[in-house]
Amino acid sequence: MNRALYLAPLGLLLLLLAGFSLGLDRDPKDLPSALIGQPLPAFELSALEPGGKPLASASLAADGEPKLINIFASWCTSCRVEHGKLVQLAGEGVPIYGIDWKDEPAAGRRYLAERSNPFRAVGSDPNGRAGVDLGVTGTPETFLIDGKGIVRMRHTGPIDDQVWQEKLAPMLAQLRAEAEA
Amino acid sequence: MTGKRLMLAALLLLATAAGAVQPGEQLADAALEARARSISTELRCVQCQNQTIDESNAPLARDLRFIVRERLLAGDSDEEVVAFVQARYGDFVLLKPPMSGETAFLWIGPFVLLAIAGLWLAKRSRTMPVAPPQPLSPEDEAQVDAVLGHIAKD
Amino acid sequence: MGAEIGHFALILALLLAIAQAGFGAMGHRRLDPALMAAANVAAIAQAGFVVLAFGLLMQAFAVHDFSVALVASHSHSQQPFAYRLAATWGNHEGSMLLWALILSGFSAMVAAGGSAMRPGFHSLVVAVLGLLAIAFIAFVLFTSNPFARLFPAPLEGSELNPLLQDPGLVLHPPLLYVGYVGFSVAFAFATAALIEGRVDAAWARWVRPWILAAWVALTLGITLGSHWAYYELGWGGWWFWDPVENAALLPWLLGTALLHSALVLEKRGALISWTILLAILTFSMSMVGTFLVRSGVLTSVHAFAVDPERGFFILLLIAISTGSALALFAWRAPGMRSGAMFAPISRESALTLNNLFLMAATLVVFLGTFWPLVIDLATGNKISVGPPYYNRIFAPMMIPFLVLLPFGPMLRWKSDDWRAVAAHLKWPMLLAILVLLAAAAATFATFGWRGLGAALGFSLTAWLVAGSAAVLVRRWRGNDGFSLRLVRSTPLSTYGMVAGHAGIGIMVAGITAMAVFATSQVAALGPGESSSVGGRTVKLERAEMVQGPNYQALRAHFLIEDGGRIRPLLSERRLYPASGTTTTEPGIASGLGGITYVAIGDETNGKLAVHMWRHPLVGWIWGGALIVSLGGALALADRRFRAGLPALPRAAVPA
Repeated sequence: MNRALYLAPLGLLLLLLAGFSLGLDRDPKDLPSALIGQPLPAFELSALEPGGKPLASASLAADGEPKLINIFASWCTSCRVEHGKLVQLAGEGVPIYGIDWKDEPAAGRRYLAERSNPFRAVGSDPNGRAGVDLGVTGTPETFLIDGKGIVRMRHTGPIDDQVWQEKLAPMLAQLRAEAEA
Repeated sequence: MTGKRLMLAALLLLATAAGAVQPGEQLADAALEARARSISTELRCVQCQNQTIDESNAPLARDLRFIVRERLLAGDSDEEVVAFVQARYGDFVLLKPPMSGETAFLWIGPFVLLAIAGLWLAKRSRTMPVAPPQPLSPEDEAQVDAVLGHIAKD
Repeated sequence: MGAEIGHFALILALLLAIAQAGFGAMGHRRLDPALMAAANVAAIAQAGFVVLAFGLLMQAFAVHDFSVALVASHSHSQQPFAYRLAATWGNHEGSMLLWALILSGFSAMVAAGGSAMRPGFHSLVVAVLGLLAIAFIAFVLFTSNPFARLFPAPLEGSELNPLLQDPGLVLHPPLLYVGYVGFSVAFAFATAALIEGRVDAAWARWVRPWILAAWVALTLGITLGSHWAYYELGWGGWWFWDPVENAALLPWLLGTALLHSALVLEKRGALISWTILLAILTFSMSMVGTFLVRSGVLTSVHAFAVDPERGFFILLLIAISTGSALALFAWRAPGMRSGAMFAPISRESALTLNNLFLMAATLVVFLGTFWPLVIDLATGNKISVGPPYYNRIFAPMMIPFLVLLPFGPMLRWKSDDWRAVAAHLKWPMLLAILVLLAAAAATFATFGWRGLGAALGFSLTAWLVAGSAAVLVRRWRGNDGFSLRLVRSTPLSTYGMVAGHAGIGIMVAGITAMAVFATSQVAALGPGESSSVGGRTVKLERAEMVQGPNYQALRAHFLIEDGGRIRPLLSERRLYPASGTTTTEPGIASGLGGITYVAIGDETNGKLAVHMWRHPLVGWIWGGALIVSLGGALALADRRFRAGLPALPRAAVPA
């Protein structure tokens, strides 16, 4: 029995090192959303364009179509990086809705006017309350919700080709298959 | 020149870490404000590197401080306020890890291990009887005194 | 040119380290004095070249040679001279070179100062230190070269992070590293002993000064870090349980256990396996700490670098060095059991319990730091562990430990009677109970249960300080009453122990006061307006813009009124244009009773946001820690450990 006890430190060390080397691949700042598997939280945001239809969670959840909800802001530099990709995806028929988070509505409108608008509808969340309900930690963030309005995935950070192909596109395809079934 | 000073003042207003609760944020009710501060020290600012929302000046921390106070004004208990934030941001926002199957070892482990090790040591020492030292003979005593006397002199 | 020479010097140092390891091992094998001497020379020469390399890097910083990439990214022409020099280690590559420098320095000192040791053993220790040097110099050369050049050289550098432009940077990292790396000597001693299969009291005597030196430096380094964070970060916290802070605390806790365990080994030849294991684990914790700060595995305010590749190299290093040592341990330690026995009530038992508590404390800190990673790997969930966890677990565990502490030095070796010991401690016990009752009575009305907690803390302080003093009183009194001779013959290490334990008591007072009685206040003040915190009035006189060497600042002038006495106080917010970052330089008014801490925030409508804190007894935390370090230094200075026992004159011993 005693001999085994003396081997314990070495055993524990090897376990620890294995854990660390696996941990090297992880990003400790990549937080999973607390909303995965839950319905989209209720919110109703006034449209970014004055006079437009409000962006309501109820209508987003009710139309049976899996979609993307993108959180952005005019002051966010990474958002500019991903904007081109969003426009391309919108052109391919991917439904994307936008929330202008903690931003002056006028600045948000200017931001979209200077580039193309990839969003089917855009809501304005100047004080960030909808963001808190969604658990937003920064911009850009993108949520995928399924046909029934359940949050299925959240991506933090800009969307580039690799992120789209490896992470978001497969999920969207799966959600669409579910919606058709 | 004035423009430069304005810019400077504006830049200086971009707060860094300077004890974050602003004068305008505080609640009028001192007891509620104390609860808000206390709850804030247990919530992590997820936008920052290892700070509480009470300490951090990040925009998200400020928002969450408002939310905490709003919920307290609405009559939530401390646990309900924390649960509100946890439901949206996940377990990671709690600086005190929840007590669950995953964290049981974290909370109980050290005490259990300490108890096990202590018991094992106690068991081992009970099997090692040691007779109390025999008193020295007078000759031995004198010898010890002489030697000690020399050492003490150095 | 200097950078290339520096680079070349490092390569030479690597080759010499290989020679050091090789000659040392062969010298041990063959017990050949010539080989052993060659190993010592190689060790000293290796250190010389690392010193040269480090000196050249520092010189590049001193003259702001922006063609060196490191200088370009961490220095600036307007940066004050002291911070240009300190920037040498204010980054990943430079700090690893500092690590290598201290390692080489220690190995040279061990090589040169081994005359009291058995030559074969000494040679083996030098060889192991050589192996460690190979590992770390190789790490610097192959993954973290500080001498990389930048073409074309920029005209101006990006300055050192303004948070680091502080006197703290000059002392904190070097002290910490002397601590971290100093424990490598104990590691080498332990590994060499395991290779030989032999540990005895002499081993413990040889290794003790090296343990003490590293431990004192680490204590000072951590204390300085805590104080720096307190006055720099702007909200007056002195410990955050941040992963990197924990990374320094872990080797400190284990090093303290090692220090005490080696005592038992030296005096009684017992606790062999435990001491050897602690010697291996302490330095391993230092290496794990380095891994933490540089690999990006955990988020921290302190993280130096986020580089998984370098992190992997360090893991490999730990695997080889600690892995080999622990494998040797598993093989050899079972055969190295001592026959020394001791009673349940004895100093050995007390020190065994000491080991146990300190290792349990280490486990708490370790678990808290790494459990989020374990859970993430196992289930993908992200949890976080912060101060609430540590406060709930660490403190309760430490209280019984601190209560038992003063008994240890009073106990006799091998066997003792607890009643006799309690009798020696009866005055400290009485004092502690008095303080407990008095403090409880004074605070319960206003503070309730938290007041009782504070009373417990203060009574622990009284217990620890009086209990330590009781050791001296007992010694000075001897069998026949107070004797000046006994006072003069008290060894320095006894004073060291008294200071060390009493210092802990003083720290407990500071920690208790901060935890229970700290108050804060926030107010928007215009010029001439005042607010109050903790019984002190804080009045804003005026605010102005000032110019520093490489920053512009909003400076607020305050008057603090403290029971009739009025003192001025300055508090600043600085903007460093080169990097565009702002820092807070809070105003601190300190006295024996505590600190009034004032930080300024945003200005709206002509009113300045002022954050104020009253921190009672916070200075006692660092003051107590300094006394603890002093204790270690006194023990280190004790001649007995260097001169050996005096020879007995033959005439004194009757036949």
